[in-house]
Amino acid sequence: MVFLTRRAAFSASHYYWNEAWPAEKNQQVFGRCANRNGHGHNYTLEVTVAGEPDPVTGFVVDLKWLKDVMEREVLSAYDHRHLNLEAPEFKNAIPTTENIAIAAWKRLESAINAGGCAGAGGAKLSRIRVYETPEIFAEYRGEA
Amino acid sequence: MKAYFGRRYLVSASHRLHTPALTAQQNRAVYGKCNNAHGHGHNYVVEVLVGGAVDRETGIVVDLVALDRTVGECILDRFDHANLNLDPLFADRVPTTENFCKAIFDLLCDALPGGELELVRVEETENNFFECSARG
Repeated sequence: MVFLTRRAAFSASHYYWNEAWPAEKNQQVFGRCANRNGHGHNYTLEVTVAGEPDPVTGFVVDLKWLKDVMEREVLSAYDHRHLNLEAPEFKNAIPTTENIAIAAWKRLESAINAGGCAGAGGAKLSRIRVYETPEIFAEYRGEA
Repeated sequence: MKAYFGRRYLVSASHRLHTPALTAQQNRAVYGKCNNAHGHGHNYVVEVLVGGAVDRETGIVVDLVALDRTVGECILDRFDHANLNLDPLFADRVPTTENFCKAIFDLLCDALPGGELELVRVEETENNFFECSARG
């Protein structure tokens, strides 16, 4: 089994707010992240797929194909957007780094696991990492 | 759903690789320039990965401020700008980055404010790093 990872960057704004809580509790729990005017990050998305290299091409997956899938499924929805207001999955979920990693997995899982990459086959989504800053990241491995 | 939260910290510390179990000549042969009598230092990057269920109300695995406080008290206050050889933990073992990584894992394992410690990675330089995981 070989693991292949591709990185991509997106810039987006967000804020943390639980509508079920009074304002004071939101401010107490989320601190500066609860500012309703939002703030932003330069996120790094890392997508790891796992599989065996194709016997002919030697590819686990074609990196150009993976780049296009990431662009189509994730970056086009998140890059230079306000995640709370423009990404439907965050209408009822707080766009924490953890939830962004889970949401990116859901956006990519079927596109990657269905194959469709010529000259490579069988690669499955293995891990998503989302860096909010170089020092803070969240990871999702598809676990329940 | 189970996810993981990761955080990277900087620890600047000095150490010397030397064991009384070997002769001076053997130490020099095994550890090379890391055996220099006066020690040397690194900007270690300590990466802490915490696993756990994403809280339904907050969307987080572990509170960042609480995690920073724990790592600050258990690791940074103790090792940052310190000489690792002088710490009691290394009284009977060499402060290789392997042993440093294990020490950090053991110190944090039961001290986390939430979630479970999944992995500790210590980067000694940009070109080498060491990992200890909950999987043994």
